[in-house]
Amino acid sequence: MKTLSPLALKRGLWLLAVVLAILFIYGIEKAGLKPISLLEAALLAMTPLALTAVGECVNEKSGVVNIGLEGILLITSVTGVVGAEFFENGVLGLLVGALTGALIGFLFGIVSVYGRADQTVAGMGINIFALGFVPYLLMSIWAFPGIHLFPRELMVRPIFTFFGRLSPVAVAAIITAVLAHILLHRTVLGFRIRAAGEKPEAADVAGVRVDLIRIFASTLGGALCGLGGAFMPLAWFGGVVKEISAGRGFIALACVVFSGLEPLLALAAAFIFGFAEGFAYSVAVTPGVKEVIPFYFVNMLPYITTLLVVTLAIGRRRFPAASGRPYARE
Amino acid sequence: MKRSGILIRARPLMESLVTIIIGLLAGALFMIPFGYKPLVAYPALFRGAFGSIPDTLETLAFATPLMLTAVTFAIGVKTGLFNIGAEGQMYLGAIGATAIAGVIHLPPGVHVAVATAFAMLVGALWALPPALLKIWRGVHEVISTIMFNWIATHLSMYIAIYYLAQPGRAERTVPALPSARYPILTEEATLTAVIFVVLAFCIGIYIYLWGTKAGYELRLVGENPEAARYAGVSSRRAVLLSFIIGGLAAGLAGASQIIGRPPAWSLYATLGNVITLGFDGIGVALIGRNHPIGGIFAAILYGALQHGGRYMEYHAGVSSELVRAINGLIVVSLAVPEIGAIIRRRLKR
Repeated sequence: MKTLSPLALKRGLWLLAVVLAILFIYGIEKAGLKPISLLEAALLAMTPLALTAVGECVNEKSGVVNIGLEGILLITSVTGVVGAEFFENGVLGLLVGALTGALIGFLFGIVSVYGRADQTVAGMGINIFALGFVPYLLMSIWAFPGIHLFPRELMVRPIFTFFGRLSPVAVAAIITAVLAHILLHRTVLGFRIRAAGEKPEAADVAGVRVDLIRIFASTLGGALCGLGGAFMPLAWFGGVVKEISAGRGFIALACVVFSGLEPLLALAAAFIFGFAEGFAYSVAVTPGVKEVIPFYFVNMLPYITTLLVVTLAIGRRRFPAASGRPYARE
Repeated sequence: MKRSGILIRARPLMESLVTIIIGLLAGALFMIPFGYKPLVAYPALFRGAFGSIPDTLETLAFATPLMLTAVTFAIGVKTGLFNIGAEGQMYLGAIGATAIAGVIHLPPGVHVAVATAFAMLVGALWALPPALLKIWRGVHEVISTIMFNWIATHLSMYIAIYYLAQPGRAERTVPALPSARYPILTEEATLTAVIFVVLAFCIGIYIYLWGTKAGYELRLVGENPEAARYAGVSSRRAVLLSFIIGGLAAGLAGASQIIGRPPAWSLYATLGNVITLGFDGIGVALIGRNHPIGGIFAAILYGALQHGGRYMEYHAGVSSELVRAINGLIVVSLAVPEIGAIIRRRLKR
């Protein structure tokens, strides 16, 4: 590996990916799966990962690392459904989810910036909190610990396109990634966000309010994560359970690591993982396969893919110098 | 001078207590919107946890596995790692214990020992891949351990249902044979002799970390990687050891719920009787200040919240899951060093 230049290695990997993709599509056609429906499933599975990962890219660029994304996804999936039932409107439910996420992100920003918290520990605290708070909410609101199904009318309707069904949230996720890219690389605010993460002392001297920038980034990251959380029940599953996020917050973190904090690469990574998940479910319900391979192994596929990708594809990417470190004026 | 010395030593304890109070207060805030009464719920919780001797023993039974999963996280922190893989390692430990205790016939005494040792071995083996990924490829342990947790969830359910299921009772595995069970200490609680093994393990880890050269090296890598490198300490070896010891602890935690916890003596196919013990251990470790002995006391405290939580659920209608939410809030508060500083400033006045 060491003798290959990075560029050649990169090209080789792209070529390999394209060849594998072609072989793969040919293979699934032969196996009787529909590539279109597989793409639909992949885009659905991609959406929460992409929103979460893109938000976290912006957040980490500013120097705040939130590993509590899993917890935010869990909590907002419930508050999203509560909002949708309260307003009797699925789209408003998504909004409630995003606002809840923004609130958690905001509080996390406050704790990180002014409390100078150990961000890894605080983020894990959010995850543990959600592990208890979500079943507590399910019991307190609906008095039932299992799955809560809401009326079908509250589902956010997909757009019917030439290629098949497409969720508007999936489109929003792709647009968000592009916007985040423009924000980070083409705007003054983006420059300040990057400065806050790279050299907070210098940014401070230049008149940038590092504290406000970081809290803004953390709030934005939380809001996008919350949209992804509310998306899962309201535009995908049609119900909510206490383990609905199933590790997606951490898979999104893997996307962020893979991307080196570039939103567009994070989107690509989210698509890879979404594809793996969509593929797993498509395979799991295929007659002839489901009898041979136990469901349990199919369920492992997204996690194995994540491990493979983080192991093989990343070298050591460079992260902002002040990533995860609190900054305070002396 | 002496007095301030005591104050400094008591400081972490004070901080832990303050964060616990913050957690409980925030928990009360979450009760109010749903019409629950904190002043009914919390007294019920504490009565449930320590109201009688059997209740106190039950609290200890709840605390037993948490002492171990806390060690898994704490020894990771001591080596500069954020190892949150106890959950999956514990599942596999439970599977390992079930396989030996429920299927294989061995003489009494030997059977318990072999089942325990095998569970620990399986737990350590499950900790190995994240350790190697960290050492070879620099894969961050937060991501790798969580992925292995989820793989362990599905793998354990698969093994439990396909290979270890009790005939006629699909909801759980074959129970541990009587020869493989730790003796019950009292008929009034689910506490068994496994707690002595667990306490010995925790004390052993303490002696290892603070009394041996290998333990010193392990801590040095966590505290000051630069100094460790100059001293010729292999950080790879320390990371590997830290993961393996963490896996042994988590495996034992899994075993303790199978061969050391009546009345089931088996693993539920939903993993219901072990689920979240690994994540709870993270909070316990942090409350116990990432110290194996501190973890014992923190585990008793959290065990009390868990056992008392069931009582609270019965008498005040508040779902006992709130206890886990409170644990999360305690962890968030513990992450904030300023909390300690703010309190010290107030105390000085």
